[in-house]
Amino acid sequence: MTNYDAIVVGAGHNGLTNAAYLARAGLKVLVLERMPWIGGAAVSREIEKGWMYSNCSYVCSLLRPELFRDLELARHGLQVVPYGGGVTITRTGDVLGNYTDEDVQRREFARHNPRDGDAYHRYSTDVIRQCKFIRPLLLRTPPDPTSFKPRDIRELIYLGREFTKFGEQFIYDTLRFYTMSIADFLGEYFESDLIKAHLSGSGIIGSAMGVYSPGTAYVLLHHYMGDVDGSIGAWGFARGGMGAVSNAIASAYKSFGGEIVTDAPVERVIVRNGRVAGVATANGNEYRAKIVVSNLDPKRTFTKLFDEGDLNPEFVKRARNFKIRGSSGKLNIALDGLPEFPALGRDNPLRFGDIHFLDSLEKMERAYDDWKNGTWSKEPYLDLLIPSMTDPTMTPPGKHFMSVFVQYVPPKIHGRDWTDQDRDGFKNTVLDQIGRYSPNFKSLIRHVEVRTPRELEDEVGLTEGNIFQGELTMDQLLFNRPFPGYAQYRGPVKGFYMCGSGTHPGGGVMAAPGANAAREILLDLKRPSLVPEGWQDD
Amino acid sequence: MRHKDHFKTAVYQTPFHPRTSFDLTPMTKHRITGKDALPFLNRLITRDIAKIKPGRVGYCVWCDDNGQVIDDGTVFHLREGDYRLCSQERQLDWLTRSAHGFDVKIVEDTHEVAALALQGPTSCAVLKAIGCTGAEKLKPFDIAYFPFADGELMVSRTGFTGDLGYELWIDPARALELWDALFDKGGNHGIRPMGTHALEVARIEAGFIQAQVDFLPADQAIRIDRSRSPFELDLGRLVDFSKPNFNGRRALLEERRRGSRYRLVRLDIEGNKPARSAYIYDSKRNVVGTVTSAEWSPSAKSNIALASMHMPWGRPGDELWAEIYYQRELKWSRVMARCRVVEGAFFDPPRRRATPAADF
Repeated sequence: MTNYDAIVVGAGHNGLTNAAYLARAGLKVLVLERMPWIGGAAVSREIEKGWMYSNCSYVCSLLRPELFRDLELARHGLQVVPYGGGVTITRTGDVLGNYTDEDVQRREFARHNPRDGDAYHRYSTDVIRQCKFIRPLLLRTPPDPTSFKPRDIRELIYLGREFTKFGEQFIYDTLRFYTMSIADFLGEYFESDLIKAHLSGSGIIGSAMGVYSPGTAYVLLHHYMGDVDGSIGAWGFARGGMGAVSNAIASAYKSFGGEIVTDAPVERVIVRNGRVAGVATANGNEYRAKIVVSNLDPKRTFTKLFDEGDLNPEFVKRARNFKIRGSSGKLNIALDGLPEFPALGRDNPLRFGDIHFLDSLEKMERAYDDWKNGTWSKEPYLDLLIPSMTDPTMTPPGKHFMSVFVQYVPPKIHGRDWTDQDRDGFKNTVLDQIGRYSPNFKSLIRHVEVRTPRELEDEVGLTEGNIFQGELTMDQLLFNRPFPGYAQYRGPVKGFYMCGSGTHPGGGVMAAPGANAAREILLDLKRPSLVPEGWQDD
Repeated sequence: MRHKDHFKTAVYQTPFHPRTSFDLTPMTKHRITGKDALPFLNRLITRDIAKIKPGRVGYCVWCDDNGQVIDDGTVFHLREGDYRLCSQERQLDWLTRSAHGFDVKIVEDTHEVAALALQGPTSCAVLKAIGCTGAEKLKPFDIAYFPFADGELMVSRTGFTGDLGYELWIDPARALELWDALFDKGGNHGIRPMGTHALEVARIEAGFIQAQVDFLPADQAIRIDRSRSPFELDLGRLVDFSKPNFNGRRALLEERRRGSRYRLVRLDIEGNKPARSAYIYDSKRNVVGTVTSAEWSPSAKSNIALASMHMPWGRPGDELWAEIYYQRELKWSRVMARCRVVEGAFFDPPRRRATPAADF
C-alpha cells in the first residue's frame, strides 16, 4: 500500500492534464489506467503492423492553446497540423467543398444558390460572435447561480458582462441559438438543402439527436469554437495520431514527477467518515490518497466506482439519469493505396479534409429515425478523413489510413446487446456506402477496426460509447454539467473530484475540464493556482 | 481568380495622367425591376429614391434595423422603373430579405455587365473621340446611351475620383472592342490604365469612403461598437426622415435625438508622412480617434487622411495630433504630427462639375 497526495482514475487526456497540474504544484500524484495503454479516447494504437490508428478521436481543434503552451506540449512531442479541404459528395456526383479563402467559399456556395453565397458572410459573422462569447468561458469554472460566495458572484457578474457586451440582440439570439435545432438555425440563412446538409453535420456529431432536434445548433458551436493558431473553426491532425496528444501530456506530467500505472482498473473509491481515503483496484491493490479525481464519465463514476449507499438518493438519481446516449461508431481502415472519388477528380485538394456523402437534411433525419428504431442507420452520416495524406508518420509509404466516424449507431440493437453479427452488418453498411462513391475503395482494404458503442464502452469506458461523456444540451451545460450544484468539479464526497469531459466545458480533446478541475483542487488545498487563465479578446 | 475579368486591369499608374481607365467589372451589380422597384428601394435606402429620375444616378447608403450602414453605393435609374444598384460588398442576401412584401425582381448581374471607369480632365474628349457625340452635355450623375459597334454603350457621368469622369457600361461581348477603341482613339489624349493604388489616392483626395476600410459593413460586425451610422460617416445628408419608412429609420431618429458616438473627419496633417492607421490624440494625449485612410495627396500637395473620431472631437479648430510610424531603410521612427480638420474634399477642381464638360 502506497500513499499519494492525489490519485487520478483514468489516463485520458483530461486525467493526464489534471494530474500534470497537480504534480506541477508539488503533489505526489498517481494516475491509474485500466488498459495496458494510456490516452482514453485520445489514443493511437498500432492495430495493423505499420499503421498507427487514431482509434477514437481523430481530429484536433478544441485543445486549449493556453494549455498546449503552458505545458510545453511541443517540447513533449506534440505537433498539430491544420488541414484544409472538406467536401460533401451527393448521389448524383455533385460536390460542395470547404475553402479557407472566404471569397472562394462564397463562390462555391453561390454555385449552388446565389443568395446563399452572400448569406454565408452573415452566417459566419453570427457563428463567430457566438464563438467569441463562449471561448473565454472554457478555462473558467462555471459559477453556481444559487451561491452567495464572493467568487461565484464575481463570476456571475463576469458572465453577465460577457453576455451583454455584444448588445441586446445578442441576448435574444443566444437564448434561441442554445435551444434551437441546427436545421432551424441554418434555415435562417440558407435556402439550398445541400448547403444546409453540408453544414448540419457539426450539429449532430456525437449526439443522439437529429438535425431537427432542439439543441443541435449548440452542438455545431461546440465544433466551431476551437481553433488552430487563431483560425477559429479550423481543425487539424495531431502528427502521429490523436494518441500524440495524450502522450505529450503524459510526458509533461512525468517531467513533473508524476507516476502512471497501467493495467490497473479501479474498482471502487474508498470512502471513510464521509471523505475519500483512496481507491481499490480489481487486482486487489489499494492506493491511499485524500484526493481522488475521476476522469471517467459521471454516470460510470457514480454508479460503478461508488457504493451507491454512500451517496444521497437524489444524487444517485441524477447520476443514473445523466443523459449519455450512444449514437456513434467508428471504422478505422488500413488501406493499401489511396481511394479515388470520381466526383472529385484527381488530385483535388478537398480530399485533404473531411468527406461526407449527403444530399439533404431529410436524408440525415432518416438516418436518425433508424437509430430511434433501434438499429444503425441504413444510410449513415459519415465523417471520413484520410489523415495519412497529411501525416506520413501514420502508415508505410504509399499506404493510407482512413478514419470513418459513423452516425447513427444505437447502444442496443432493438433493445438487446450487440452481437458480432450485428457488428459485421454495421461494418458492411458503412463500407458499402463508401464503395458507392469510390469504386476502388474496397479493393484497397487491408484491415478494418470496427467500434460500435459496445466496443467504445468496453475498451474506452465511455457509457454507451457517448464520445462527449454526456450530451451537450442546455440541461447538461455550464453550471448544469454534469449535475446542478456539482459543476465546480467537486463530487458529493469530500476529497472527490471530477475532471472528465462530463464536466464543463464538455467533450472533445480540449484538456480544459482537466485543467479547470486542477484549479479547484489547488484552491481547496490553499495552494496557488498554476492553471493558466484563458486568453481574453475584446 | 476572384472574378471574370472582362477588362484587364493594368499595373499601378498615376491617376493624374490626362485620363485613366479602371476596371469596374468586379463591383457588385444588382438589377432591380418590377412594379414595386421604387417603393422597395425607398424602403431599403435612406435617401428619397423618387427624386432620382430616369437617366439619373444617386449616391446612397443602406442600413440595418439598427441604423448601421451595411454598404454604400450608387443607384442607377436606367429607364422608368428599372434600377441598377452598385456596391462593393455582395448584397443579394440582404436585398432579398428586405424585399419581403414587395413585387420586385432582384438579379445579381455582376458578370453580365462589363464596366470601366474613365476618369480625368480629358475623359470627355476621349468619349467624343470614340463616337459619343454630345457626351459633354451630360451633367454630373446623368446617364446617356450611345451606339457603339452594333450595340449600345451606356455612359454615366459618375466615378470614384473627385475629377471629371465617366463610367462606361457595356455587354461583356463588346468589352474588348470598347477597350481597343478607347486606347486607339484616346492615344492623343494620353489614356492610361489605372491600378487600385492610384484609385485609392484619388478617392481619398475626393474624400470618398470605402467599405472595409473607413467603415465595417454592419452585417459583418461581430463586436457591437464596430459599425457606423450614416451620421457617423458624415453622410447625414443622405438620410431623408420625410420618408414614412426605411430600414433603420427608427434607430436613426433616436440617434439624431441622443447624439452620435463617432464622426468621420478629413484631416490635413503636417509633414509628409502618410498617417496610415494612426491614433489621433487630443492636446492631453488621450486617444480620441483613429485614421482609417491616409495618403500623400499629389494633387493638393497635402498629407491627407480620413479619420473616425469619438464624439465630440473632430470639430474644426480642435487641437489634434496623429501618431505616425514610418520606416526608412528598415528602421522605424515615430513622429507626432499636428492635424487640422478640413471641410469638404481635399481636391475639388471646377471641371468636375462644369457642364458642358471641357476637353481638358
